[in-house]
Amino acid sequence: MSDLLAARSQMAVSLAFHIVFALIGIAMPVLMVGAERRWRTTGNPIYLDLAKRWARGTAILFAVGAVSGTVLSFELGLLWPRFMELAGSVIGMPFSLEGFAFFTEAIFLGVYLYGWEKVSPRAHLVAGVLVAVSGAASGIFVVIANAWMNTPTGFTLVDGRLTDIDPIAAMLNPAAFPQALHMTLAAYAATGFAVAGIHAFLLLKNRTSAFHRHALAIGLLVGAPAAVLQPLAGDLMARHVARHQPVKLAAMEALYETQAGAPLKVGFGVEIPKGLSLLAFHDRDAVVRGLDAVPRAEWPNVPLVHLSFQVMVALGSYLALVGVWAAWLAWRKQDFAARRRFLWAVAIATPCGFLATEAGWMATELGRQPWVIVGVLKTADAVTPMPGLIVPFTVFTLLYCALAAIVTWLLYRQIVRSPHA
Amino acid sequence: MTLADLLAGVIMVALNAYVLLGGADFGGGVWDLLARGPRKARQRVLIEHAIGPVWEANHVWLILAVVLLFTCFPSAFARLAIALHVPLTLVLIGIVLRGSAFTFRSYGGEQEQEKYWGRVFAVASLVTPVLLGVAVGAVASGAVTELTPDSGFVAAYVAPWVAPFPFAVGLFALACFAFLAAVYLTLEAEDDDLREDFRGRAIGAGVLVFVAAALGLLLSPPASPVGAKLVAAFPPWAPALHLLTGIAAVSAFVALWKRQYRAARIAAAAQVSLILWGWGIAQFPYLLPPDLTISEAAAPAVTLRLVLGAVGIGAVLLFPSLYYLFKVFKGTRG
Repeated sequence: MSDLLAARSQMAVSLAFHIVFALIGIAMPVLMVGAERRWRTTGNPIYLDLAKRWARGTAILFAVGAVSGTVLSFELGLLWPRFMELAGSVIGMPFSLEGFAFFTEAIFLGVYLYGWEKVSPRAHLVAGVLVAVSGAASGIFVVIANAWMNTPTGFTLVDGRLTDIDPIAAMLNPAAFPQALHMTLAAYAATGFAVAGIHAFLLLKNRTSAFHRHALAIGLLVGAPAAVLQPLAGDLMARHVARHQPVKLAAMEALYETQAGAPLKVGFGVEIPKGLSLLAFHDRDAVVRGLDAVPRAEWPNVPLVHLSFQVMVALGSYLALVGVWAAWLAWRKQDFAARRRFLWAVAIATPCGFLATEAGWMATELGRQPWVIVGVLKTADAVTPMPGLIVPFTVFTLLYCALAAIVTWLLYRQIVRSPHA
Repeated sequence: MTLADLLAGVIMVALNAYVLLGGADFGGGVWDLLARGPRKARQRVLIEHAIGPVWEANHVWLILAVVLLFTCFPSAFARLAIALHVPLTLVLIGIVLRGSAFTFRSYGGEQEQEKYWGRVFAVASLVTPVLLGVAVGAVASGAVTELTPDSGFVAAYVAPWVAPFPFAVGLFALACFAFLAAVYLTLEAEDDDLREDFRGRAIGAGVLVFVAAALGLLLSPPASPVGAKLVAAFPPWAPALHLLTGIAAVSAFVALWKRQYRAARIAAAAQVSLILWGWGIAQFPYLLPPDLTISEAAAPAVTLRLVLGAVGIGAVLLFPSLYYLFKVFKGTRG
């Protein structure tokens, strides 16, 4: 394994690990606060039980998310010092803002988790809301920084150096809004459906549990709207990518030749004529640039990007369909728990949002290669000169595998231990 | 004072807060490891209660220092990350293990595993401060220089930090963190026996701070061009700073001796802060001695201005929130 590949792999493992906790850290406070608010208004103790259990789970997940996020902030330099040296002054701004947002999140999570008996009911609920808001803000700032790597703005490139720096213009880069929207919705869809899915599964075993019914309802209330809106955000994203990141679009669609009225490949050799032109430009005959538009050396790993993209779309579509189903049942005032097939559909959705998000990040990150900053700096030129990078890569991979196993086991025990299981 | 100096100062403030707050959380872990005597279990419970609600917020000071460093001084960040790749990676592993194990212990539930997580938490709390101190020691000794293409692995990635002086600073950092934690815990303890336990530990750690400081002075590389530059750059009011540090240190001991714990907390925090600023001022105007100055490493003025604005607005939001956090969890007892 070359040092470059080891560095990329370590970054990939670190991101893939952290993203799960980031998604949960953004969305879980919303569920927690929702349950607490229902308890305060209805007085039903089941909601208090839910809020406290979710808070315990969030405590574990947030801690692992915080430390794995710290790893990433250092790894930007440890693995990619030339990238940070070049780009730090342009794109450090959203990271600095994220620092403050994360501070707010950590402070009020401490108040929320440990303050049940120490602060007033109102202050407790407000603390939870602040955790939810600052969590979403943190995520958005980090995604903005990533978006800049895809569509860098706010500087002039002179002899390999960035001059005329404008950090605000860099933050307002074209990919920032579609990416931030797409990722924020992903957090609510993935986490909401994960929670709903676990409780749907437990409801299948015990149909009368009011605990699981309420938990399922809150999970769907957060997850389903986000999953239904996600295809719209995805469309916005796709049209953005078509205009601003044509090589990535070509790789996602495995479109080798530039063509007008390009077909959409939906998998297993099936193609929708002119589908890609329609989706990407809302025009059936639009010209879509293929991979032939750039030299072979600047192609990303096309099969992997294409596969990742298709996996994301498939899983996201499944969540959206289940979300529509849930909305239909809710509108008809049907009891979710009485619908065995629906419960199974939700149970199957448990991991789908996380897998879709991972696949989406694979598509966008691998689709940007060989660039770390598109058109400015190649990944190979950003990597640290330090040799032997396979060692830290192996260490972090083992560490994260162990942590993932422990966290899964702890959460499993939390759920199994619940008196309602 | 230039804008870049001001932002270097802001980073120092973040580091100072991290040392006083996050450092004490590491120190708590050290006392968990060294818990003994008839009140062993109660010592551990006290430490857990003291750290639980605040450690994540305290930890963010380090993240803030890092993001401000790479935004305002990107070339210094790159150089640090290359030369100190190994110790910083070890720090990260320590941070991951410390935080995860602490949370697993608090929320794990089962006695047998709690013991195991407690051990991981405590050992990581012992090792991480040493490595953080090693990184600071490597910077202070002027060993974090620009990579030359022909330098071998050892010269480039090992020699900057595997030296007596950085490890003396590592020991010193550990002693300071343990000292701060013990002093704070005298105020958090709810009965006299437990308070006496930590009073004794605070005095012991305070002595270790002196020993480690003396060792550091003994091992510092005075003959190197760095040492000369450091001395040359020393401001005329440096002796006053040393005097103040000495007064704070003596006051901390006297206050501990007389069981005036609030005064001891103020004196101990002042002592450690003054030592940190003494280092910063001794290096000035160098960010990474012997050659990289604050102004050379600084990002363009537009970035610095924006970050300063963000820091100002952030501080307005942050300080009341932090005040609230500490009032809720630390207010009733100290």
